[in-house]
Amino acid sequence: MSVTYVDAIREAQEKLLREDPRVFLYGQDISKFGGAFKATKGLAEEFPGRVLDSPISEDAMIGMAVGAAIEGMRPIIEMQFADFSSIAFNQIVNQAATHFYRTGVPVPLTVRLPSGGTPGSGPFHSQSMEALYAHYPGLIVVTPATVSDAYHMLLDAVALDDPVVYCEHKFLYRWLKAPRINGDQLPIGKARITRPGKHATVVAYSAMVHEAVRAADRLKEQGGWEIEVVDLRSVKPLDIDTVLASVARTGRLLALGEAFPWGGVTAEVVSRVCADGFHLLDAPPRRLNSRDTPVPYHPKLWAAHRPTPETICIALRELLSF
Amino acid sequence: MPETEEAQRTAVDLDRDYVREVFRAMLRSRLLENKLSSLYKAGKIVGGVYLGKGQEAVSASLGASLIKGRDIFAPLIRDQAGRTAFGEPLIDCTRTYLGSVLGPMRGRDGNIHRGRPLDGMPAMISHLGAAVSVVGGMLIARRLKGELAGVVGATCVGDGATSTGAFHEGLNMAAVERLPMVVVVGNNQFAYSTPTDRQFACEDLLDRAKGYGVGGHSVDGTDLLACTRVIGNAVKLAREGNGPQMVVARLLRLSGHGEHDDGSYVPPVLKDSQLGRDCIETGIVQMIETGFATVEEIERWKRDFTDEVQAAVAQAQQEPTPDPWDEDWRALSTQTGGGI
Repeated sequence: MSVTYVDAIREAQEKLLREDPRVFLYGQDISKFGGAFKATKGLAEEFPGRVLDSPISEDAMIGMAVGAAIEGMRPIIEMQFADFSSIAFNQIVNQAATHFYRTGVPVPLTVRLPSGGTPGSGPFHSQSMEALYAHYPGLIVVTPATVSDAYHMLLDAVALDDPVVYCEHKFLYRWLKAPRINGDQLPIGKARITRPGKHATVVAYSAMVHEAVRAADRLKEQGGWEIEVVDLRSVKPLDIDTVLASVARTGRLLALGEAFPWGGVTAEVVSRVCADGFHLLDAPPRRLNSRDTPVPYHPKLWAAHRPTPETICIALRELLSF
Repeated sequence: MPETEEAQRTAVDLDRDYVREVFRAMLRSRLLENKLSSLYKAGKIVGGVYLGKGQEAVSASLGASLIKGRDIFAPLIRDQAGRTAFGEPLIDCTRTYLGSVLGPMRGRDGNIHRGRPLDGMPAMISHLGAAVSVVGGMLIARRLKGELAGVVGATCVGDGATSTGAFHEGLNMAAVERLPMVVVVGNNQFAYSTPTDRQFACEDLLDRAKGYGVGGHSVDGTDLLACTRVIGNAVKLAREGNGPQMVVARLLRLSGHGEHDDGSYVPPVLKDSQLGRDCIETGIVQMIETGFATVEEIERWKRDFTDEVQAAVAQAQQEPTPDPWDEDWRALSTQTGGGI
């Protein structure tokens, strides 16, 4: 028996529905159909009236969630794909994110964003939106990379009184398995040292954590390099203390992300390390992101658009040879 | 005079107390807004001032038909009268316009961007149509809690907001869920400076009600008695389980978009038409003709409300404004230890 990443998301929602009468789910095709990725499979039958199909109205889905949260509920909204949350952008960043600051009334809602690329998905079913939402005050943005984090961080997200953008990676849905859900249950806002090392630090999140570990394994085999991999887990708040502590040990930083290269989480990490830990650096910090084009459809193009263990190894070798 | 006949005919089936409440809210709102306009022109208000002049009968008819403490009302930019009728104290308005830290928005947001969400009145954002789905969500929450019976959620928009995706998505969702919602469209002929022929191509916005599968009602927004009857009835229909109701009120904005705007683009022919009637003036005639109020009563109300407005302005002006040093600068209720 093993648990996949998407199983963990489903089980977290099942537990939330079972234990918290304030929780309900709203999204496209999530009721009897069980969702485009089956993250809500069987939940409509188990919890009648609390797993609701929405019209194709992303704006109204989030506006609805804000209203329900004002009234004391804990809605979980499933965007069918993170890409479509662009339609809900206004309600997320202007309605939900400003609400507590303006009125003093928190709006506890969770928006699940099936994020990131998979082969053949193309420009509109592959995007990583975390940096856009993290830019706005009033939102918490999480990016679980492990099966256990997918489970525990969803429970934590719903428990928080603020709006949480929960970025779940579609590539990990069925590919990533664990014998069981356990985990260290770090709170949201704490990064994790996924793999300890001493020669360089890779700061990554979501699916890129696994690519970083692969690259680190290769460099270990090929040159005896010991690469430390830090999993941010949440990109907002961003645990810069854990990152700085790692850079203090290694003296070298590669910030790695699957999102587009202009700005974003990797730029934020590098900027903060330069500002607060310049003296810790033995080499100029590097960033590695996707290419600056829409996410391409063809698997060959897609595989070369995002960072891969090969490109990560190249970036790390350059970093180590400085 | 048709006004007179209408007044006599409807006086029979109208609730006197309800109409009086609507009219008093209209009057109170107009006197308050006149004062806000003066304060703005005197440079005492920072930011914009947006008035509901000419739209008071529509707004107050909605606000007064809602039950405070039970129903939901999401006012928009021209709903001072509806807010007043729904029970918002005048001091909430003057505190927010004058930046008092004791107001509901504490200087963090201003003018018409105010509300008391836990009392059933969400605070609007500037993005039009966005409140329709919020009211929908509040009603869905009541349904999930088993508290929806007898509840109505209402919001107002203008002709411009009907062009937004948010309005469409929100009203369609409410229709799908068959929520007890009332959406009042105040078609005041202009969205800022844009006339309706550059806003929509359908003959009448009312035609859209059928498209959404919601009840549709049309009313002369300058006619107090017609507004109380039509809007009161729409609220009643929603409350009785007939699903969402859309009311389209025909009127003219009797001010600029905001007080910074002289509205010089509004053609005189419109101002002289039926649309350009001032609902307060027609309302005074109707109140007297129906015997719902006497001239003396109305004069007394005017004096009382003028005093109330003066007091609310004076109080807010004396109150502290926000201090950046005391501001906690937190956009999250969750404590993040200062980390972002």
